[in-house]
Amino acid sequence: MSGSAFNLRSFLHGLPGVDKVGVEARAAALGTRSVKTTAKAAAIDLAIRMVDLTTLEGADTPGKVRALSAKALRPDPADPSCPSVAAICVYPAMVPVAAEVLAGSGVHLASVATAFPSGQAPLEVKLADTRDAVAGGADEIDMVISRGAFLSGRYDFVYDEIVAVKQACGSAHLKVILETGELGTYDNVRRASWLAMHAGADFIKTSTGKVPVAATLPVTLVMLEAVRDFRAQTGRQVGVKPAGGIRTTKDAIKYLVLINETVGTDWLDPDRFRFGASSLLNDLLMQRTKLTTGHYAGPDYFTLD
Amino acid sequence: MPKSPSPAKATRAAAASKAPASTKAAAGAAPAAPAPAAGSAPGASPARAGRLGVRKTYKLFIGGAFPRSESGRTYLVDGDNVALASRKDARDAVVAARKAQPKWAGATAYNRGQVLYRIAEMIEARRDEFIARGVPAAELDAAVDRWVWYAGWSDKIAQVHGSANPVAGPYFNISAPEPTGVVGVVAPASFLGLVSVIAPAIVTGNTVVVLAAAPQAAVTLAEVLATSDVPGGVVNILTGHAAETAPWLASHDDVNALDLTGVTDPTLATDLERAAAGSLKRVLRPPADTPDFTADPGVHPMTALLEIKTVWHPKGF
Amino acid sequence: MSLFEYAPAPESRSVVDIAPSYGLFIDGAFVPASSSGSVFKTVNPASEEVLAEVASAGVEDVDRAVAAARRAFGPWSALPGAERAKYLFRIARIVQERARELAVLESLDNGKPIKESRDVDVPLVAAHFFYYAGWADKLKYAGFGPDPRPLGVAAQVIPWNFPLLMLAWKIAPALAAGNTVVLKPAETTPLSALFFADICQQAELPPGVVNIITGAGETGRALVEHPDVNKVAFTGSTEVGRQIARSVAGTRKRLTLELGGKAANIVFDDAPIDQAVEGIVNGIFFNQGHVCCAGSRLLVQESAYDTVLAALKRRMATLRVGDPLDKNTDVGAINSAAQLARIRELSEIGAEEGAERWSPPCELPSQGYWFAPTIFTGVTQAHRIAREEIFGPVLSVLTFRTPDEAIEKANNTPYGLSAGIWTEKGSLILAMADKLRAGVVWANTFNKFDPTSPFGGYKESGYGREGGRHGLEAYLA
Repeated sequence: MSGSAFNLRSFLHGLPGVDKVGVEARAAALGTRSVKTTAKAAAIDLAIRMVDLTTLEGADTPGKVRALSAKALRPDPADPSCPSVAAICVYPAMVPVAAEVLAGSGVHLASVATAFPSGQAPLEVKLADTRDAVAGGADEIDMVISRGAFLSGRYDFVYDEIVAVKQACGSAHLKVILETGELGTYDNVRRASWLAMHAGADFIKTSTGKVPVAATLPVTLVMLEAVRDFRAQTGRQVGVKPAGGIRTTKDAIKYLVLINETVGTDWLDPDRFRFGASSLLNDLLMQRTKLTTGHYAGPDYFTLD
Repeated sequence: MPKSPSPAKATRAAAASKAPASTKAAAGAAPAAPAPAAGSAPGASPARAGRLGVRKTYKLFIGGAFPRSESGRTYLVDGDNVALASRKDARDAVVAARKAQPKWAGATAYNRGQVLYRIAEMIEARRDEFIARGVPAAELDAAVDRWVWYAGWSDKIAQVHGSANPVAGPYFNISAPEPTGVVGVVAPASFLGLVSVIAPAIVTGNTVVVLAAAPQAAVTLAEVLATSDVPGGVVNILTGHAAETAPWLASHDDVNALDLTGVTDPTLATDLERAAAGSLKRVLRPPADTPDFTADPGVHPMTALLEIKTVWHPKGF
Repeated sequence: MSLFEYAPAPESRSVVDIAPSYGLFIDGAFVPASSSGSVFKTVNPASEEVLAEVASAGVEDVDRAVAAARRAFGPWSALPGAERAKYLFRIARIVQERARELAVLESLDNGKPIKESRDVDVPLVAAHFFYYAGWADKLKYAGFGPDPRPLGVAAQVIPWNFPLLMLAWKIAPALAAGNTVVLKPAETTPLSALFFADICQQAELPPGVVNIITGAGETGRALVEHPDVNKVAFTGSTEVGRQIARSVAGTRKRLTLELGGKAANIVFDDAPIDQAVEGIVNGIFFNQGHVCCAGSRLLVQESAYDTVLAALKRRMATLRVGDPLDKNTDVGAINSAAQLARIRELSEIGAEEGAERWSPPCELPSQGYWFAPTIFTGVTQAHRIAREEIFGPVLSVLTFRTPDEAIEKANNTPYGLSAGIWTEKGSLILAMADKLRAGVVWANTFNKFDPTSPFGGYKESGYGREGGRHGLEAYLA
């Protein structure tokens, strides 16, 4: 698939459209699925294993990141049967700190890169950002696409950037953040998904979490349809990561239902689906505890980080 | 032996027996309500022998909350200190009304109708309190019925006031009414009058800033609105002197329409209309004669605050 | 779904209290049927369990009910509209308050998934009463003259597919306009109408304004043929509609009919494919296909055939067929043994006619009346399964090349209730909508209902409209 402007544009604009009312109704209908008892317990554990525990603040320090990494390894100190999360997600400057704590644990280390969150920087800066994170120990890179270029129709530019970053990743996996809250329409989300996948993304991700509109069920549904159709067309299986605004177990389970009934169980796996979240983890732990003890839990019983 | 279905829960039977008795038309003379506070000292919480009442504070209603006037002023009404709204309160109320307007207009007509019906439920439930505040019982009944009348318009005005237009060409052409936006209202003195200017404005999705004449009933209405699932900012009620604050509403560039129904001074009405011309607001002039708010208002109070949008679309393949 | 089986999520039955037997609701009270009537049983189609014994109204009972409605008509129509409105608002509110109970009851008696009765049927019932309540005191604005008058006593006969909703569609406008009613629910689904009678009592509706008489075809015939009825409203099969139209000939009775359909759901190659597939599924499998306006003929543009069919089959494989009271069930039970037999018969005919039959793998319960969602491909207009209403979860798939051909095929039927159009192109939608001979056209959606939106058919799908301002016309002189 070449990045030539003409091919890419006609391909992307030839994709079937998305009816907003229809897709939102479908997502809402799937949100009414009732998942209880044994199914709920399994779903909670799976959701925990899918969390990319995240801190992306200007005020992050080694102390904060060490604490979060410890929590990632052992989310519930009171219950050793609780699984670890999928990954830690931090800024490049904090990667070496997290790497020390996570070494040898199997928990991945994801770093944002490419002038996250805005992506408004020259390519060399973005690539340096990426290489630095990989060298520091990140085995996953979460990059941002250039939304300005995308919205002004410069698809080739966006495509070429992703290819370059993928190269700079080396063996690290690449998640491409579409920043769906800035793309404006579901049609654009579909187009950006296909563009990113053709350019080599291992995962497509909804949001940076830094703009008001982050992950939603309908946006994730559109992205799941895209990865499903992409696999049918090319044989390659790309993962999906909704990030930002997912705070409760109830929300998380809705996403799992979405996966289950749109793309199927092949994507019900931390290698193919992640939650970009921070406070979600404690709600999952509280719900998990409630299922085992039978009464409602309180936040005092869980570590803040 | 056939049997009638029994209510599954005792609560339903209880609810049925709680149904208010006012199902009969309010044709007969309503009994004069006992007015424990009539003509007496502050507040309608009469001191029983040996017990001191807790007096109500009469504040403004802006953005769903009850602030005092930013000016700190009050005025005396029947022995109560009532908040005296300033131009800055009016300014803040317009901000609140504007903020609430898109979401209110974006609610379904069904939802707005249900909210208005709930307002009627809440007024009915507080009959005694309104009567104690000086609203005659028959007028109170009429006010509840007026809310119910308007509640039923929410999902019908588009069918009565809109149209599919048979243009001379292969075009789909539809005219549909939309709310004009934020409406400044100078309310009449009576409770029924107050209700008759607020309901038609908000039922179609406008939000209002109301300058109220009779404060106790108006503030009690505000309390009803605050407990009726009305989003904050949809109705804002300012107590005070309309002559002082109305000109600020009339000249405010972020107010779309002005309802002068309650203005009794013709000179003031003219000045306000002139001021409104600055941003070409839609203006409802005060009626020529004292209006009878019990009569069928017709659709004009609603349509005067609606914009008609006509959309064309070609048909063909 | 091996990794993610949803555990059973049954809605509790305890919220509804079904008595062992019921009488007729006449003149504000439940009374036994006269001696010439008998009783019949109503069952839960998902389990064949008997739910209750219901009275069968005989000729004398019909007479009593009509007389009660006639007596009540004078005072009811003389009430100011604002007072009638408040009764209807009360009913709407009570329906909202008892929503869970009514939804469970409807699923038990009808077989439809609780998800549908809870999220579609019962909310629409409340909405219809709420909407028409608001017309009761605004009739002069409805466009039917300065002082529209009611007709008198309305005889209303409704089907089993949306029992309480069809009741709401009939009773709400009739009462708002000032009429009184005698309504007969379908014999396989009498219970929600009887509970509605209880709601009328709770609302303190004056006796005789609403009368509910249960029974089968004979009761219905006696009701519509009763000489003291001013208006007949019927929703049901085209065949019975024809009989009723014959029986009112030469009388002064006004008649509206809402009958069968064989709607075309037209998918163009520029449709939003994923949503179109949802629309196809919703169009024919919603309510087990027991929908007069079901999109039972898929007309897919040949250039999109492979894509759409593959996506449709993939989607059908996630449909959950089972216990109607399970919150995760998508497709419930067929309403009766008789209906199941008819669906099976027509499906066998489809296969014999040469169409190719496909269903996703489906574990059906052993008790109850069940039919797996089914599609027939390779269907043409000459096949019986393209012409006759099956009234079940069976889709006939045909193809077309151009918009003109789609219109031709869509209109080539004695029916004309509804149609669907799927395309991203606005001008195509509007041009198609212009040319489709159907009373309801859905573009990029399907099976959407609203009390403000008039519904009814062209040609043999009936005449008259329910819903909206137009829905008042049938009940005004």
